[in-house]
Amino acid sequence: MLYDLLISPFAEYAFMRRALAGSVAVSIGAAPIGVIMMLRRMSLVGDAMAHAILPGAALGFLLFGLNLLPMTVGGVVAGLAVALLAGVVARNTIIREDASLAAFYLISLALGVLIISLKGSAVDLMHVLFGTVLALDDAALVYLAGTATVTSLALAVMLRPLVAECVDPGFLGVVGGPGTFVHLGFLVLSVLNLVAGFQALGTLLAVGIMMLPAASARFWAHTLEGMIGVALAVGIGSSLVGLLVSYHLSVASGPAVTLSAGVVYLVSILIGPVSGVMWSILPKRHRTA
Amino acid sequence: MATPFSCSSSKWDQRAIPERGAAFFERWQTTRISNPRPLAEKSRSHDVFDGPFATISGRGGFGPVPGIRFRNLTLGYDDHPAVHHLEGEIAPGSLTAVIGPNGSGKSTLIKGIVGQLSPLEGLIEISGPERCGIAYLPQQAAIDRTFPISVFDLVALGLWCEIGSIRGLTAKQRGRVIEALSAVGLDGLERRPITTLSGGQLQRALFARVLLQNSRLILLDEPFTAIDAKTSADLMALIERWHGEARTIIAVLHDIELVKERFPQAMMLARTTVAWGETREVLTASNLLKARAMSESWTEDAPWCRRRGAT
Repeated sequence: MLYDLLISPFAEYAFMRRALAGSVAVSIGAAPIGVIMMLRRMSLVGDAMAHAILPGAALGFLLFGLNLLPMTVGGVVAGLAVALLAGVVARNTIIREDASLAAFYLISLALGVLIISLKGSAVDLMHVLFGTVLALDDAALVYLAGTATVTSLALAVMLRPLVAECVDPGFLGVVGGPGTFVHLGFLVLSVLNLVAGFQALGTLLAVGIMMLPAASARFWAHTLEGMIGVALAVGIGSSLVGLLVSYHLSVASGPAVTLSAGVVYLVSILIGPVSGVMWSILPKRHRTA
Repeated sequence: MATPFSCSSSKWDQRAIPERGAAFFERWQTTRISNPRPLAEKSRSHDVFDGPFATISGRGGFGPVPGIRFRNLTLGYDDHPAVHHLEGEIAPGSLTAVIGPNGSGKSTLIKGIVGQLSPLEGLIEISGPERCGIAYLPQQAAIDRTFPISVFDLVALGLWCEIGSIRGLTAKQRGRVIEALSAVGLDGLERRPITTLSGGQLQRALFARVLLQNSRLILLDEPFTAIDAKTSADLMALIERWHGEARTIIAVLHDIELVKERFPQAMMLARTTVAWGETREVLTASNLLKARAMSESWTEDAPWCRRRGAT
């Protein structure tokens, strides 16, 4: 019974195993990025950037059809271009980063939809918007796993300056640290992971596997390391549960994965030990000092 | 001296420079902040050249003590000057208080020195730049106190020059962090997240970070604002210890009594210098009145300044 419920979908179908491997890879890369975005109050910036990759992906689609490789390359290029442009504008003009990104992503999104409408059908549009987690080919899997690897390594190297930038934005510049480099490096990592999310979950939900585990983690841990750990667990857990739900109930897999993470978030709001709602109802004790 | 807001106000007479002679001038060749700078360099703090006096090796210690010279310096936002045609120098090893009413350009000047703001006109020259940069204590508002970082990790950033992005802390370095925390009276709080600190405790932690940076050029932006008497006294003692170690220190302050008692040099700003020099000569009733009379407001259609390079 339990075997049928949990194991057999993956044991019997290769596409389910690929979907699981892909979405776990996406979770591993996206979870820590999401936590840092949330702590920098950039949660919605992720959403904006997810839309910014659309024209590149759409151009790949226009030229090569529904083929993941050109769509990925196009998406990364478009995402990086928008992120870097927005970053440069924010650093050198009066426009702040959020407004700068909003402006560029809107231009980008409109361009993307325009390009798809040149050629695509409604089905194609659904693919782009909601992803193809059940149809990941080898190249896509390699990209997802590669992104997770690069993200983990890069974060290991730049976590300290990144944290310094978050806590005291002027500090690195004054001590000769790589302030700008870290800032842009983080944007690059964000784009790589959003394109990964785009492949698995589509442009609308790419941000789900990044921000929902991160927002949930805030309710369970006090430290950055703790939050990243919880976010990883939530991301991987939601991938597994979401795929199983999708399989057994025959519902779309992308939304199922995202909704699983959403359920964890709602539960976290209620019972999370750090400022969860339930704890504020219970009588409070306090210590002597 | 003319009224602060008029264009032709600052008649700074480059005092102290002739006295020290030509040898002194030769030192002003190491670090320059000027406008216009290339876009790509804007976010870097300084352009550091390896001049003959930039021979600092390791942490602090060697080479000449840094000094700062302002040459016809105008700093501001958009077209409007916050610091207007400033001329003069901060002598190496001096302890200077920067005072003046709100909006008089104190913090703007500090931001200019650390390179966060590039001049609209003129130059800031720093002699004998520190390899590990300037130790800068920002106003508390600049710190994101909600970020989950421990006191230890925040203070340990002061070792940046030694540890960089990836190197772990050696047992000795950990010891130095603990020592620095102890020096500012934060023993036992190293594991606490900074969210749980009071304003005064956070200020002590930032002082501990400055301590670890061991720079010989220290800039403090309102170090005692909203800090209780005991904490101020402790931190003031630390500043005087640094002064005794021949470091160059500039502090933005509002407490005139404190400046009178403990700071040998003072710069009174009201967009331009009202007075600058020995504290007792600066803090006269007439100067204070003059600074207070500074108009904080400016209008969009203020006439363009026609004053050109005074140096």
